[in-house]
Amino acid sequence: MKKIISQVAFGLLGLSVSAAVVAGPSEDRAAFQKFYENRFPDTPVADFQNGVYSILPAAREQWEAIEEFPPYELSIERGEEIYNKTFANGMSLASCFGDDGAVREKYPHWDKDRGMVVTMELAINECLEANGEKPLKYKKGAMADVSAFMSYNSRGQILNVEIPSDDPRALAAYEMGKEQWYTKRGQLNFACADCHMHTAGMLYRADTVSPGFGHATSWPVFRAKWQEMGTLHRRFAGCHNNIRANPYKAQGEEYRNLEYFVSYMSNGLEFNGPAARK
Amino acid sequence: MDRRSVLKIAGAVSAATATVFAMPRMAFAAYSDAIFKQKAGADALQNAYGANATTPSDQVKLKAPDIAENGAVVPVSVETDMEAESIAILITENPSPMAITADIPAGTKAMVKTRCRMGKTTQVTAVVKSGGKLYTASKEVKVTIGGCGG
Amino acid sequence: MSSIRIKAKDRKGLVDVKCLMKHNMETGLRKDKSGKKIPEHWIQDVSAESNGKTVFSAAFNTSISKDPYLSFAFAGKKGDSLKISWKDNTGATDSAETVIK
Repeated sequence: MKKIISQVAFGLLGLSVSAAVVAGPSEDRAAFQKFYENRFPDTPVADFQNGVYSILPAAREQWEAIEEFPPYELSIERGEEIYNKTFANGMSLASCFGDDGAVREKYPHWDKDRGMVVTMELAINECLEANGEKPLKYKKGAMADVSAFMSYNSRGQILNVEIPSDDPRALAAYEMGKEQWYTKRGQLNFACADCHMHTAGMLYRADTVSPGFGHATSWPVFRAKWQEMGTLHRRFAGCHNNIRANPYKAQGEEYRNLEYFVSYMSNGLEFNGPAARK
Repeated sequence: MDRRSVLKIAGAVSAATATVFAMPRMAFAAYSDAIFKQKAGADALQNAYGANATTPSDQVKLKAPDIAENGAVVPVSVETDMEAESIAILITENPSPMAITADIPAGTKAMVKTRCRMGKTTQVTAVVKSGGKLYTASKEVKVTIGGCGG
Repeated sequence: MSSIRIKAKDRKGLVDVKCLMKHNMETGLRKDKSGKKIPEHWIQDVSAESNGKTVFSAAFNTSISKDPYLSFAFAGKKGDSLKISWKDNTGATDSAETVIK
């Protein structure tokens, strides 16, 4: 118990925790989840998949009205078309990911051969390039549409990100993502944890900031602000812009490792993408 | 029903007919600039319904958020148990306040739900035309600039 | 493919309709990347017909959001047809037909 408390305390102080500390990822995750359960005792655990709508009833009503006929349905349709389109060589994305692309639960994962975290969007482009097709831009457009289609068909799958114990590089990637989460940066000197953990549920001007637990379940997202679909890495970059920090490259090592950490923290929750958000 | 058939149900069956017709075969509620490009709500009502005297009524159920999540897409719904011929929504601070008029034929529920654009904090008024008279319900919807854009 | 998506369900004799129409609903106030104003372009009229009868009609302006959403309900039943049409300010039209579930 003491280890878990000190782990959380380290986190709260915004210090990065090295791999030398005894508590490992599964203890991190238990403490992470407990933090949000304590902070938002009225929210059922499973509901954290709905982001800020799990903690804000007034906003939830509007979200539910949008869910009556969500704008991301148009994106899913476009995604389906792209998914089934035949490449010049006769293959298609379906050749890589199966008839319905319901492979969300496989990502992100640690690729032992290449020594890196592989995300679903990265895998989509690797499929395209392996088949002689042009890769897609990672933040929006066709990539977001295809991801929306595949995520939609994967709804209900449970997050189960693994950090293989037989490869220390996987743990190092997780720790890099974790350090990202807790380290302050940018002119505004914020860490992800500052907004999405310590002040989750509080207002920043007119925005209520969402809890970090549940962050990874609902991507890609139709964000009202964008009036279009966007991927997780688009949002990472957007958040970094907000705190006046140079954003990292979409699907670069930093964001893939951050996705690895953030997804692992939400293990046990259901995938419910694509989603409509503010 | 499973997810995939939900999508198929939502999909349309017939092909697009995006051609220009002088007189559409189906009866339309008659858009006119006099109503929908009218800067004064009272004049818009006059042009739409031939009258603009309104009476507030708690039988007009207007549902709109107190604080809009995003001014570009604000869910608004109007419903009433009264016998209604038409329902309208006025958004006072918009350049042309009359946002929509919906005609309710016999056999159709007096209800309309839609999503509106609101440029700034505004009064939103639901108008129900019943028995030749206009009944209203009104509330303020706050529209804010976020904080975590990007 | 039609720009109109329809969900129509018979709930004990009252058909609940939700439709989404793909349309930018340009206000005429937006500017493109070169600074030029994007001309106004919006759906003005929508009409719904079932079994040869008009069951709903509406007129609106750009106060209605992009990709207009409308929900209404009328007396009808499963198996009936439902056709929804729109006309925009350029005179263009589109329609879609479905069978009520």
